[in-house]
Amino acid sequence: MHIVSLGLNHQTAPVETRERLAFKSEALPAALQQLKEEAGLSEGLILSTCNRVELCGISHDLDQCRDKLINFLANYHQIPSETFADKLYFHTDSDAIRHGFRVASSLDSMVVGEPQILGQLKDAFFIASESSSTGLILNRFMHRSFFIAKEVRTRTKIASCAVSVSFAAVELAKKIFGDLNGMKVMLIGAGEMCELAARHFVSQGVEQVLVTNRTFGRAQELAGEFSGIAIPFEKFRQELDQVDIVLSSTGSPDYLIGPAELAQALKKRRNRPIFLIDIAVPRDIDPKVNDLDNIYLYDVDDLQEVVTENLDQRQQEAQRAEVLVDLEVVKFEQWLASLAVTPTIKELREQIKEISEQELKKTLAGFPDLSSKERRRLEAMVNAIGNKFLHHPLNYLKSQDGSGESLPATTIRKIFHLTENESK
Amino acid sequence: MDIIYTSLLGAALTLYTLSMVTGFVHLFRPWPKALAWSKYSIQAGFAFHLLAFLFRCGQTQTLAVTNMPESFSFFALLLTMAFLLVNRKKPMPILGTFISPLLIIFTLWAVVTSHTITPQPPILKSFWLPLHVLLSFAGNAFLALGCGVAVIYLLQEHLIKKKKIKGIFRKLPALQRLDELNYLCLRLGFPLLTLGIISGSVWASYAWGSHWSWDPKETWSLITWLLFAALLHGRMNSGWRGRKASLLTIIGFAAIMFTFLGVNLLLSGLHSYVH
Repeated sequence: MHIVSLGLNHQTAPVETRERLAFKSEALPAALQQLKEEAGLSEGLILSTCNRVELCGISHDLDQCRDKLINFLANYHQIPSETFADKLYFHTDSDAIRHGFRVASSLDSMVVGEPQILGQLKDAFFIASESSSTGLILNRFMHRSFFIAKEVRTRTKIASCAVSVSFAAVELAKKIFGDLNGMKVMLIGAGEMCELAARHFVSQGVEQVLVTNRTFGRAQELAGEFSGIAIPFEKFRQELDQVDIVLSSTGSPDYLIGPAELAQALKKRRNRPIFLIDIAVPRDIDPKVNDLDNIYLYDVDDLQEVVTENLDQRQQEAQRAEVLVDLEVVKFEQWLASLAVTPTIKELREQIKEISEQELKKTLAGFPDLSSKERRRLEAMVNAIGNKFLHHPLNYLKSQDGSGESLPATTIRKIFHLTENESK
Repeated sequence: MDIIYTSLLGAALTLYTLSMVTGFVHLFRPWPKALAWSKYSIQAGFAFHLLAFLFRCGQTQTLAVTNMPESFSFFALLLTMAFLLVNRKKPMPILGTFISPLLIIFTLWAVVTSHTITPQPPILKSFWLPLHVLLSFAGNAFLALGCGVAVIYLLQEHLIKKKKIKGIFRKLPALQRLDELNYLCLRLGFPLLTLGIISGSVWASYAWGSHWSWDPKETWSLITWLLFAALLHGRMNSGWRGRKASLLTIIGFAAIMFTFLGVNLLLSGLHSYVH
């Protein structure tokens, strides 16, 4: 019995390949059924996201497992296996466990530490368990994955800092204003990045969005999306004193805002701070404004630098996370090993019970006059012999933590002819 | 008897030091429990400090501010109290770390200097004296706390302006929060200081027969008061805030320290402890 995983991700395969092998979530129950049948898995799980496609399962025959899984992918998606086989990774046993834990903890993600993968994994597990394609082992494997993901998040700083420009802007704004409730944001220009940052700000409690654009229609359109106010481009400078945060991304070749405009705005708003984010290249805001008290200006390079630094920090934290993952892998392997000896123990018990009952029957057939009390005494004696005889072998087995094929379990199975019994 | 006073004060000193060290650990190292340690040790330090002070009051039979070291120890006690009070209203535990060096210096001074009880000149025995001292000291304690806030503000503002947003940037509070707290300290400290000066003046008219005698301490108190009055006015009417207000708070604090320390050491007058 082995945990196996086969798949490809953003590191091993280009997006074209990942797209072709992706599974639709509504088609997953049927796909899971097919996977188990074609690849001979007793439990199975499919994780399909834009960055990875993974098959995970419990196999009892490692020899052909990889080929069978590849064939399943090829058959299911109707594409020749040569086109993707070299981009796959295949892990078994402890490597597969580690891989699963790393994926859940977002150590294997494109942006290390981004938490989306955990939600996607939970969804995949939900679908698989709803369609009864997971069992004892995968259930526990998944629960341990979710647990280790949480451990990694709380015990390392892997996800503590912003790794996108717009999140970095929000984080900075919070260090200037404390909290963003009731703040007003002005968007100058209607670029995508500006819009994305504005969405982040709105989700953090920003009260009102003012939008200005050279094309007034576009400003109105965007303002509509945020239930904000559109301002004619010629007039936006007069509104600067109304806003706390300015996001600018126009295509203008010259500076749109300089120290003079902001000094005036500050005077009107009694020096309440203004945070300006200049996403435009070439820049929209004169860098000199940063010299004014209570004006904070960041351009796209400044924010990018923050993001890069944060990514470096995540990489360092990731190494600490790997240690946590390793510990958990060892624990899970121990659990698996204890599981592996369980059937041997059970079969040994059944074997001796069977022998006792047979022998007792034979013996009792020769003594038809025994009272029921005497019969019970005899039965008790036979059971006691069996249990006492098994006591040491069972203790020995329970103390082992090798896998199902480990020497003690295998030897005992051979000695007691348990394999024969199983195959009967 | 002095051994008890010194021990209590020494315990307070140790706990303040622990609070400062753990506070700086919190700023520079990823140890999640450091800040809690810093918070609890400053609270425990305050408790011992208060006991030491009450014990001393019992010994001297009056408010134990009969000499310089005692005064500074009392000032440190009130500064800690101001911090703990403000921290309840607007939590900012890291502020404790920034005022703790001051607490340590003042308490250390009281621990190491002689503990002979200075007999009170009969002229100073009055109900107005403890009131005057208490109000002025409490006012100055809140203003000194505001100075601690101002230091953090300038540090954080510097980091944001220079775009060094990593490391302790994350550990320091938001600028707006700091500015609000600085204002709060001013609004608490300034009225207390004003009442302190008024009560002093009332007492002076009993003791010396004149409300105001332009001795150096009085002059410097007036300068300090005028500085903070200007700051309060600027904040209320001219939109002074942030960096400007922080710098002024720090200058005001320097004036407080001079009124306290410099006047006694450099200039002599009616307020000297030893005539």
